[in-house]
Amino acid sequence: MELQVNEKKYSVEAHAGESLLSVLRDRLDLTGSKYGCGEGSCGACTVLVSGAAVRSCILPASSAVGKEITTIEGLQKNGSLHRVQTAFLKVDVFQCAYCAPGMIMSAVSLLEKNPKPSAQDITQAMQGNVCRCGTYPRVVKAIQEAAKI
Amino acid sequence: MKQKEPIDITAPEQYELNEAPVYQFNMNRRRFFQAMGSGVAIAFTTYKSIGGVLSEELKAPEDQVGAWIHIGESGNVTIYTGKAEVGQNIRTSLAQIVAEELDVRMEKIDMILGDTELTPYDRGTFGSRSIPYMGPQLRKAAATAREVLLEMAAKEWKADRATLFIEKGEVKSRQTKQTINIGKLTQGKEIVKGINEQVSVTPPEKWKISGTSVAKVNGESFVTGIHKFVTDIKLPGMLYGKVLRAPAYGATLSSADVSAAKKIKDVVVVQDGNFIGVAAPDLHTASQALAAIKAEWKTVPQPGRGEIFEHLKKTAQERSGRDSDSTGDVAGALNKAEVKIEQTFHVDYIAHAPLESRAGVAQWANNKLTVWTGTQRPFGVQEELAEVFNIPKENIRVIMPDTGSGYGGKHTSEAGIEAARLAKEANKPVKLVWTREEEFTWAYFRPAGVIEVKAGADKNGIVTAWEFHNYNSGGSGIQTPYEVASRKIQFHPSDSPLRQGSYRGLAATANVFARESIMNDLAIELKMDPLTFRLKNLKEERMINVLKGAAEKFGWANYKAAPGHGIGIACGTEKGSFVATCAEVAFDRSNEEVKVLRAVTAFECGAIINPEHLENQIQGSVVQGLGGALFEWIDFKDGKILNARFSDYRVPRFGDLPVLETVMLNRKDIPSLGAGETPILGIAPAIRNAIANATGKKLFSLPLVPNGLKV
Repeated sequence: MELQVNEKKYSVEAHAGESLLSVLRDRLDLTGSKYGCGEGSCGACTVLVSGAAVRSCILPASSAVGKEITTIEGLQKNGSLHRVQTAFLKVDVFQCAYCAPGMIMSAVSLLEKNPKPSAQDITQAMQGNVCRCGTYPRVVKAIQEAAKI
Repeated sequence: MKQKEPIDITAPEQYELNEAPVYQFNMNRRRFFQAMGSGVAIAFTTYKSIGGVLSEELKAPEDQVGAWIHIGESGNVTIYTGKAEVGQNIRTSLAQIVAEELDVRMEKIDMILGDTELTPYDRGTFGSRSIPYMGPQLRKAAATAREVLLEMAAKEWKADRATLFIEKGEVKSRQTKQTINIGKLTQGKEIVKGINEQVSVTPPEKWKISGTSVAKVNGESFVTGIHKFVTDIKLPGMLYGKVLRAPAYGATLSSADVSAAKKIKDVVVVQDGNFIGVAAPDLHTASQALAAIKAEWKTVPQPGRGEIFEHLKKTAQERSGRDSDSTGDVAGALNKAEVKIEQTFHVDYIAHAPLESRAGVAQWANNKLTVWTGTQRPFGVQEELAEVFNIPKENIRVIMPDTGSGYGGKHTSEAGIEAARLAKEANKPVKLVWTREEEFTWAYFRPAGVIEVKAGADKNGIVTAWEFHNYNSGGSGIQTPYEVASRKIQFHPSDSPLRQGSYRGLAATANVFARESIMNDLAIELKMDPLTFRLKNLKEERMINVLKGAAEKFGWANYKAAPGHGIGIACGTEKGSFVATCAEVAFDRSNEEVKVLRAVTAFECGAIINPEHLENQIQGSVVQGLGGALFEWIDFKDGKILNARFSDYRVPRFGDLPVLETVMLNRKDIPSLGAGETPILGIAPAIRNAIANATGKKLFSLPLVPNGLKV
């Protein structure tokens, strides 16, 4: 199948029903998106498909054919960080940072739809992203910071 | 300001160490300079007494070297320690300490962590030991390096040492204005010095880099997804591994037919004793092969969650020792007490659930084994691999890239061993990543426990009797910080049907929960304010300070409760640091929900090294603690974990966040201590006490309200 990832076309062979996460990580070597649960309930695998945040661990790769897929690796444009990445760095959000790519992709999707989210909007949009280190207060702060950039 | 000598406040609890440390050091001087290029290296030993011996040359036994600092010709400084970065941001805080003493920029410092080939032996990253033990030694080593460099410059310039100083990586002369990069000074030299224990170090009030909020080192590699966690490693020709798991704890394999799996193209099957695993060029094929294995297991009946507390009590042993304390006449004091409470507490097993599950990548080449794995004990993994494969440790290299967290849950080696076994058979590198279900089932848990307390106080609000028995969960935090004349405190090990081990704060989460609940209920019986009651029974000024600090920020004294709202307070100490938390909850009778509205946590861990990262650790501990306090518990029956998924095992999420506030008390007169564990202690009992305040309902189990609250 043909996949369009980070503005690049890839031709990949995948098993029937193979998840988008598995294709991205194991076949395209885009390992920024993480495995956390395999059932779409932790958000570590979040990528954008046609601009919307999806859990790539439960999305068959085949259903993303013909759509624009953006992963954490594709956020930088011309070598400069996306404003959400900049804000997360500025707020110095992370501890282990394993959840970082998924958090950032969810935040990017939120800000595209809602450029000035309230604290409640952020909670609602980010509820599916787990950070076991408990950096949630800083994630909220970073998203608010990114909204100002 | 003269700092107090550190005491061994962080002695590991039984669940933290399974075996005595066997020291070992791979990198001798020759190999060191071969690998690093010439320069100046400062080594320091794990034992202070040997420090002096090292003055001219490395004479101490290699196995007692704690870490190296190397200054290369480019002026780059490299620190080698066996510590592991699991998200506590130790890479940043240890580098800050060295940057301070050597006066070099943070960017010039490289930290090599957790690599058995490159770093000296370290028994592991746990018990909040890195900052109180590694920190001061590293500081002295860096200061020693500074002195060595100044002496070298003095010799070269034939100048008076006292007129020279280091600034931003350059030695400068006050008199002649000469400058030289520290790297240039070391050119072509191979100098090894030991740490000078008498060297003067920068006191906290003069810190310029320590004590400031330096951002996470390598931060950009994490927000761009470039950082390679173990699960991200891919080697040429690498296969993906899976292991056949038993259907339950304690199950034994009766028979297995692997013939169908073997017939699948490119699949390697290993059957070796009780180990059955497969490896294939992709995970999908590996999973297919695993599914094709027909195995019969024999399971054994065993206590489930419903019987666990009875079981722990029934199998408890009498034990005295470090975790026990007996003073005065408890029975007599109880008899005379004005107010008495006798209460049993239950604490469930809970899971660490690190977001990066256990993973290993293994490669055999020329009889040497290299394993990349996420572990808090790289050298422990090396030892276990040596034992399992019966090869010398020298032929094994364990590398631990900064990993997707641990919280005390990654002391063991399973995924690395499994990957190595498969790789050996396949003669190709193998990656093996545990699924979330495997992580929830086959990792180990924070122990469940039963705690029995009898307490008495006189009419003036002085606690006079204290009897405290902990069954199974452990001895950490079991000693009461309150002044009680008659007390009996005991930890009793029991038989645990599930695999259990260390967890952030260890048993202190359970012991502090029970103790602070009883303190609250005694205050209620005495009709005293719970804060006043605690202060009345405390002498430890550091505990008093955190209690007052939290209460003041929270507005404890002037709190007016809205209907259904209530407040609670709790405090604790462990690993030499102190915490107090005040919480406000709201109870909604219509849906039986308890919502934590606010939590203010005051914390004190000596001199603060990185305020932002400290605040992050405190808040992170509180957030993680919310889960164990409110709703986390492992459900199990006959050795089967029944809620081994994030959709069944509830962890704290954004929507569970109260307003979190932090008070950080900076004690520059007290050596810096670890902060990754102790801040977790206050939240559960503070919430419990707030629920009692709001509803009158006293709860005696953790988690408190997994299914809401019925009043």
